[in-house]
Amino acid sequence: MTGAQTPLPCWVDIVLIPLANVTLAFLVAGLIVLAIGENPLLAIRVMIAGALGDSEGVGYTLYYATNFIFTGLAVALAFHAGLFNIGGEGQAYIGGLGIGLVLLAGGRYLSFSVLLPLAVLAGAGFGAAWALVPAYLQAYRGSHIVITTIMFNFLAAALMVYLMVNVLIAPGSMSPESREFGPAAHLPFIHDVLASIGIKLTGTPLNLSLVLAIALCVFVWLLLWHTPLGFELRTVGHSETAAVYAGVRPRRIIIIAMCLSGAMAGFVGLNEIMGVHHRLLLNFTAGYGFTGIAVALMGRNHPFGIILASILFGILSQGGTELAFTIPTLTRDMIVVIQGLVILFSGALSQLSRPWFEWLFSLLQRQAPAVRGA
Amino acid sequence: MLTEANRRGAVPAGGGTPPPSAIELRHIEKRFGAVHANRDVSLSVSPGSITGIVGENGAGKSTLMSILFGFYQADSGEILIDGKPVNIGSSGAAIALGIGMVHQHFVLVDTFTVLENIMLGAEGGPLLRRGAAAARQEVARLEREYGLGVDPEALISALPVGALQRVEILKALYRRAKILILDEPTGVLTPQETDQLFRILSALRSRGTTVILITHKLREIMAATDAVYVMRAGAIVAHRRTADTDPAELAELMVGRKVRLTLDKAAGRYGAAALVAESLSLRDERGVTRVDNASFQIRTGEIVAIAGVSGNGQSELLEMLAGIRPPTSGRFTANHREVTAETPCNPAEMRVIGVAHIPEDRHRLGLVSAFVASESAILGYQRDTAYTRYLLLIKQILMRHCAMLMERFDVRPRAPMLRSANFSGGNQQKLIIARELAREPKILLIGQPTRGVDIGAIEFIHRQLILRREAGCAILLVSVELDEVMALADRILVMCGGRIVGDLPADEADERKLGLLMANAQGREASETTAVTAIGPGS
Repeated sequence: MTGAQTPLPCWVDIVLIPLANVTLAFLVAGLIVLAIGENPLLAIRVMIAGALGDSEGVGYTLYYATNFIFTGLAVALAFHAGLFNIGGEGQAYIGGLGIGLVLLAGGRYLSFSVLLPLAVLAGAGFGAAWALVPAYLQAYRGSHIVITTIMFNFLAAALMVYLMVNVLIAPGSMSPESREFGPAAHLPFIHDVLASIGIKLTGTPLNLSLVLAIALCVFVWLLLWHTPLGFELRTVGHSETAAVYAGVRPRRIIIIAMCLSGAMAGFVGLNEIMGVHHRLLLNFTAGYGFTGIAVALMGRNHPFGIILASILFGILSQGGTELAFTIPTLTRDMIVVIQGLVILFSGALSQLSRPWFEWLFSLLQRQAPAVRGA
Repeated sequence: MLTEANRRGAVPAGGGTPPPSAIELRHIEKRFGAVHANRDVSLSVSPGSITGIVGENGAGKSTLMSILFGFYQADSGEILIDGKPVNIGSSGAAIALGIGMVHQHFVLVDTFTVLENIMLGAEGGPLLRRGAAAARQEVARLEREYGLGVDPEALISALPVGALQRVEILKALYRRAKILILDEPTGVLTPQETDQLFRILSALRSRGTTVILITHKLREIMAATDAVYVMRAGAIVAHRRTADTDPAELAELMVGRKVRLTLDKAAGRYGAAALVAESLSLRDERGVTRVDNASFQIRTGEIVAIAGVSGNGQSELLEMLAGIRPPTSGRFTANHREVTAETPCNPAEMRVIGVAHIPEDRHRLGLVSAFVASESAILGYQRDTAYTRYLLLIKQILMRHCAMLMERFDVRPRAPMLRSANFSGGNQQKLIIARELAREPKILLIGQPTRGVDIGAIEFIHRQLILRREAGCAILLVSVELDEVMALADRILVMCGGRIVGDLPADEADERKLGLLMANAQGREASETTAVTAIGPGS
């Protein structure tokens, strides 16, 4: 038997419960800070000031958030088709490789206006291709997508190490990095763009890929809820039998959803490679692919929620750096703890606070008729 | 304890002190948020009687029984067993109090024997063998006493559905149930099996067991019960001795208005054959033949019904004709489109050529529970350009379309933005029927149109089907409800073991004749299944 859920107003589900979950996570994190012997209120003040206190903090926060939006969208899109894409990390890595290859090849000969669309296509194409193999194996061979995408993360890492060490390394360099792409292959920084219209900001890694990230959110929202393809994709995600009944081919949808998902993860390379590092290097994905799972979970697989969750995780990343700098006993690991708690409370325990709200609302409802009756 | 004499009385009939009720519920209240599932329910069931509870879907019968069996806690109210107030906090507590429940969907482990299933959860110690010996003895005793006719060593997967139900009853008796609750027990049985079930129930009654029968089939209430409670909208609206009432009155009490239990339909005007099946066969993934050499045709303006115990290939035949599964061999022609193993036709194409399919299982196939109604209302037609502008599905169009369907087919509540899962079974079904019939299909495939649907909605759905028939639609109806088959069909096919074993005009059919054809089929199917299981592990 399933316990019947009391229907709550939808804003409770969308706003209040996630907020309560995050608050709970921070409360528990505060206890841990207390146990370490530091002042949790001071810690949170340092974090918020570091992440949102000035334009530099905000810039870094949004730069991190850009990556989280890409990987969060990737996880969410696959999730709507009933697929748990754990391979965002590898797809981002390979997407970055594609962008790097295009820019290495054309960076010195082509103009920016040609390079940008090529880089976008390469990032999407390489990311999609890396997701296609697990998708094919799931659709036609029944290999579980979770297992195959995890394995593909390792394959991507191994492949990149091989390529960076043996093939793409800049001649004469000691570290496994490629040469610089050349100035035409830089995605403009936001602070540069704003400076050109007279707004002066501190330099941060935040670049124009944020605009693409926001545009992708709109795209995913339109795709999922306003196109026949998105309708079919969600149908497959909810009920494969109903999808077959409706004339949808689930295998085709699995392939499409995973390719789109991989493409979005691939755009992490746009932010990191074309936007910040301007050369190919190792480990530029830095776990964004995995954090994307938490972002999607917290954002309830909705593009708007993903933007909010990405900003929260951006604050955690940037604020955490400040925290480690200001209070040395609270290392970056503290941020991992907080992230873990946020995931725990908004994922595994997401219904924890629900009974309290149900109780609250049943009280309100019971009072309302009584008032009317009187 | 009760005396034997006390147990005999069916309904306490005044005079003398009435014995304490086996079960008494006092002022049971249960809310799920805004839904008032049970309101002030009081009832009392005499020991050693069969009491029916009828009501439409969503009337609160299942909630009430779940409270009695410890799945839910009542918000307020009292439960008395044998006159003593009790607190039933879990199904374990219910079993300890001697309450047994036979669920609508059987909860048995397929790969275990009957005995192992009976012992499950009551193994009687850490070592199985001693417990098994004791259990075997006890089961043999119950067998002698009630004559259930179940072989304790048989594998569950080898047994026909009717036997599975008797295993469930045996399970409850083994746990010393003095009160047995059966939830819609006859949905999967042939008329003959139903009769057998009722014989078993009256044997139980004569030995003092109290039986509660939850059903929506009024005929069964009349045939099997001593007393009946009628529920509507969470409350008990009537209590009758079965002898003092009749189906028409019960139907009216259930629905709250007069209901016509019979159906008028004009003589058929049949045209050319719209759907022709020739030697259609289907083998499933495991190599079991599900549909065996089926040939028939359906003319325009004709309703052909397929009767049979569920699981005899009707579902597979329907899915094959809808394009969900390609035939293994043979062919069928729908609106001049020929479909064979080599030229399969997917469901999307079938819709294009005017074949509509209302599936048997609306939860798995017919709609997506998580979708809002306006989305479920275009399932299967999502590529129709009528719903899109510039490749985008337009919400306003979907809403308008859904509102129109809801208006025309009386889907309640009229809420296109409500999640499909939150509609009652009957209204979900009406939404699906609306979606398919509004397209005015030339061929309609419809499975179990009124399964889990309340009486008021059944009447409506049947009228809609008759209307389509008069409009010249060729209709294939699959149903396990013989009443429905006989009320609607122009011609009746009987299926068994994947084969069509009977083909007769509706006016020559009666329940007995169909039941015998179906039961024959059942015997053959049972032996076939056994054969398959016997081969299974070796292959």
